[in-house]
Amino acid sequence: MTTPVVGRQRTLGFSQPAPPPPLRTPRTSLKLRNALIGWTFILPNFLGFAVLTLVPVFTLFYMSLTDWNIFGTAKWVGLDNFARLVGDKSFHIALGNTFYYAALHIPITIVVSLSLALLLNQKLRGAAFFRTVAFFPYITSIVAVAVVWNMLFSPEFGPINQFLSLFTDGDVPGWTVSKDWAMPAVIIVGTWKDMGYYMLLFLAGLQTVPGELQEAARLDGANAWQRFLNVTLPCLRPTMFFVTVMVTIQSLKVFDLILVMTDGGPGQATLVLSQYIYQKGFEQFDFGYASAIAVVLFLICIVVTVVQFLYNKRKEA
Amino acid sequence: MAARPSALQRSGRVLLYVVMIIAAAGIMLPFAWMVISSLKLNNQVFTAPVQWIPDPVQWRNYFDIWVKADMVTWVRNTLVVSVAVTFLQVLTGSFAAYGFAKMRFPGRDALFLLYIGTIAVPWQSYMIPQFQMLSSWGLNNTLWAIMLLQAFGAFGVFLMKQYYESIPDSLSEAARIDGLSEYGIWWRIIMPLSVPALASLTIITFVQTWNDYLGPLIYLRDRELWTIQLGLQSFIGEYNAEHALVMTGSVLSVLPIALIFLFGQRYFIQGIATTGVKG
Repeated sequence: MTTPVVGRQRTLGFSQPAPPPPLRTPRTSLKLRNALIGWTFILPNFLGFAVLTLVPVFTLFYMSLTDWNIFGTAKWVGLDNFARLVGDKSFHIALGNTFYYAALHIPITIVVSLSLALLLNQKLRGAAFFRTVAFFPYITSIVAVAVVWNMLFSPEFGPINQFLSLFTDGDVPGWTVSKDWAMPAVIIVGTWKDMGYYMLLFLAGLQTVPGELQEAARLDGANAWQRFLNVTLPCLRPTMFFVTVMVTIQSLKVFDLILVMTDGGPGQATLVLSQYIYQKGFEQFDFGYASAIAVVLFLICIVVTVVQFLYNKRKEA
Repeated sequence: MAARPSALQRSGRVLLYVVMIIAAAGIMLPFAWMVISSLKLNNQVFTAPVQWIPDPVQWRNYFDIWVKADMVTWVRNTLVVSVAVTFLQVLTGSFAAYGFAKMRFPGRDALFLLYIGTIAVPWQSYMIPQFQMLSSWGLNNTLWAIMLLQAFGAFGVFLMKQYYESIPDSLSEAARIDGLSEYGIWWRIIMPLSVPALASLTIITFVQTWNDYLGPLIYLRDRELWTIQLGLQSFIGEYNAEHALVMTGSVLSVLPIALIFLFGQRYFIQGIATTGVKG
């Protein structure tokens, strides 16, 4: 701890002729005690957090520079794994699919959940019930949900295609068995499941929008859309920022939804980065290479988050 | 002139109600389908047109499933893990949150920044080194691994810290002057005041652990260790032609969560709103 040193210097500065004061004046020992107590509060959680999260994160970088499979021990190979990534077609597909998922899932989820929040904010009767309904998918298990959606999406007899064929004359998407439609199907389910969570965040944010501002804008003749653009949205900026960061990371790491709905298929049509890490690591036991893919995922998430933070800072200023 | 806006407003509200009802129906459709199908004969699940009311209602699936699937084992394992994780998360989370929210000491803010930083780090990126580490401790293929995985998340710390900060410092100051130790302040003053936040954290952690699929998938090999999600997924693979039975399994796996949610949704919603407001 640095506290006693700081305390001693301060005391020395004030009393020049006197002999060096005792190392522990009452104040410094109090400070030290306080710090110790503070640390004991944090330590039980921090130990678990450090060992189970921080240590693996740092080990990840070392592992990505090794050749390590189930039989041998880690062998240092420098950047070989990353060189391998450059020519790995499956990796490129997984990277592309991850961005495809994110590019649609992020804006759709934000628009849908914000719309739901605005709807709920209208103080309609039954709004509490609707809030429960919209949030419910978020807390149900992905396994149960995926098997139901797969049935709903069933190309021949699924209710969704039965409904669609009323309008399209039998020309309906193949959903999870079609290379082109599997990803949209996954995105629909992902949005359906997540939107309730972000709706709650937006709803909480909407409570911070001052009513007087809305009223003033109304008196100035602003219509609902103008009020939304010029009053509501600017007031929601902190919430919007938080939601964007969360939904972005959630999209980039998408995994269990895809694993249980399509298992990356058909072919590699829905293979995403997280699943490719899983395949290389836990199915082929190529730990070093899997770690290199994981480093890529890690860096993408960090860079995207930092960019969002900087953008937010600049807009704040 | 005075009547027109109100007529417009009224029709606007009617429109909003229509939108809300359609959206609610659409959102609940998968659950409705799940329950309806679980009460059908297998060959009635996929029909054209869709049969929305099972006729006759088949309760058989709800008996058969206990024979065909090892539900009891899965539920027991899941309960053990969920209760242990929830206990650890609530205890260590609220304890640490006191240090972050109510005490000042060097290194505190840097440490908290470290917690926040991990929001941007997906578990999928470090699951391999974590697996290596836990395996080297001999915890692979044990329920201990799943407990450790979930128990020390940053979420509990965020939630509790956010809530503690809404409790006025004057309360803890007064107790300090009265000679109560920091631990005493935490246990006797702050904890009793933060029951709503504790309830939120308990419910959210329990549900998250109950629903976790990836952790068990990676760590649990033996059938007798499986959790409900892992068991259900394997059951779906095994009986993939028996749609009605699979839906029964899904209903049963969702049911406890639905009940918890119905009774505790206030805490759920408050908990999420608390962590989201400030960011």
